[in-house]
Amino acid sequence: MKIFNYILTNFVKMIVLVILVCIVTFTLAVNSPIDPIRQYVKAGVTVTVEQREAIAEYWGLNDSKIERFQKWFDSLLHGNFGESTIFRRGVIDVIKDRAVSSLFLMINTFVLSGILGYILGLIMGRYRDSILDKTIKTICIIFTATPTFWVGILMLIIFSVELGLFPIGFSVPIGITNEDVSFYEKVYHAILPIITLTLIFIPNIALHTRSKTIEVLQSDYVLFAIARGENERSIVKNHVIKNTAIPAITILFGSFSEIFGGSVLAENVFSYPGLGSTIVQAGLGGDIPLLLGITIITAIFVFVGNFVSDLLSLFINPMVREEI
Amino acid sequence: MVFGTLISDEMMAANFKGKNQFPSLSHPFGTDWLGRDMFFRTVKGLRNSIVIGTIASLVSSVIAIIVGGLAGTMPKWVDDFVRIAIDLVMGIPHLIFIILISVFVGKGAKGIVIGVALTHWVSLARVIRNEVLQVRNEQYVLISRRFGKNNWYIFKNHMVPIVLPQYIIGLVLMFPHAILHEASVTFLGFGLSPETAAIGIILSESMKYLISGMWHLAVFPGLSLVILVLLINKLGENLTLILNPYLTRE
Repeated sequence: MKIFNYILTNFVKMIVLVILVCIVTFTLAVNSPIDPIRQYVKAGVTVTVEQREAIAEYWGLNDSKIERFQKWFDSLLHGNFGESTIFRRGVIDVIKDRAVSSLFLMINTFVLSGILGYILGLIMGRYRDSILDKTIKTICIIFTATPTFWVGILMLIIFSVELGLFPIGFSVPIGITNEDVSFYEKVYHAILPIITLTLIFIPNIALHTRSKTIEVLQSDYVLFAIARGENERSIVKNHVIKNTAIPAITILFGSFSEIFGGSVLAENVFSYPGLGSTIVQAGLGGDIPLLLGITIITAIFVFVGNFVSDLLSLFINPMVREEI
Repeated sequence: MVFGTLISDEMMAANFKGKNQFPSLSHPFGTDWLGRDMFFRTVKGLRNSIVIGTIASLVSSVIAIIVGGLAGTMPKWVDDFVRIAIDLVMGIPHLIFIILISVFVGKGAKGIVIGVALTHWVSLARVIRNEVLQVRNEQYVLISRRFGKNNWYIFKNHMVPIVLPQYIIGLVLMFPHAILHEASVTFLGFGLSPETAAIGIILSESMKYLISGMWHLAVFPGLSLVILVLLINKLGENLTLILNPYLTRE
């Protein structure tokens, strides 16, 4: 019953947070200097004052802000995010289109950086202060100080320009529509962005796992295991992995929002048509419905990610279960 | 930074005779397609980054200390409120939040400073909240309260010596994040205007010339940014060593 309550509280909290994100973004948008009518009509077309008034009246721009929020939020709940002014299509359609590519990128990054980072962290912790440890650690620290987009540019210089192995941009070859692209080609274009993002996210997991591993190896129970004559394999298997996996998983799920941020940069460097490059287009083009739509969807993703990570640690870790 | 301020526009002026030069002794980082010296542009850009980073992280740290302090001393509902605000800021990816703000506030340095300041206070606020909560219930604070010392005395003699070092460390560690976000947002086209020298601008311009093999336009400015960030991180680590009495003794 306690567990049920805990899950319910977290779930309610998640819903409240999503609603708050809607409120905050809406407030920002309403108070912004961007004129929605001019955005809608686009430059070049002149609108008379009467026409302006008519549009404003039709859209309900003259209503109070709270009324407008109620209407907007109501249509959000019905799945209507409005129409994108740069793509001239429903926001939801645009997002659906782009989300698949983005998810492909992020899931791969997620899995790869999780596994590689964890293994590297274990190795570093096990062979602490060796040359291997010091080298990997230095590389990790350098990567934490490196902007994602610069790594992307270096990747382009090395693999695309100098070696000619990968294309410079566009996840779809010119002259082919989106539907005709083979799966192979999509993957081929995603490789460099995935490598870039993975490189950026490995250090986080690896450095954390390293310090956890060291902590576990210095613990009394490992000392006792050594005294019992357990060999190294069984110590790593029974003690180190069991005690370091949970923090690593928690960190991985907690970095959901950072991976999203990183993918915005990577997608732009590699002109990969995902949510990240779309939100930049929307921002530069003043496309408010699309901007809000992507932000809210992103926030929902992140909150669900955090919720899942809470649940996971609840089921994996008996200590957390005791605490509630 | 001082050096960066001294660099006048003349040094970065276009010189079409020597355009697209690779690095040499007279131009350590080479020149770009307008013949501007990349070394001076980079230093100037780093200087701009440092200025913006400093302002943004100072503002952000002030937010952090107010929020953290309130959460640690006020009744519980304030604490709950702060926690929800923290979850909210953590929920929207920082980069997207900064983009949102810079779109709605207007592009340029102002947008970046506000965006970075509003997103980076979270971790420091948490630290300060925990410190304040902990100190408030320490034995010596309780005793000092029993001795009839007022709130101001406790604040001055018990809170400040514990919280201040944490604040300084947090501020220094926030700085690289602020700079990296500034560069990223500028790179995406939301930050500083294209005329200003900024690492983000230099790198996004260099993207257009990658295919023609102008690798030096991208490599050196980026590398200098990385080195700057590493140096500040090192500074933060050393400060931690100096200011944290437990670590100093080791």
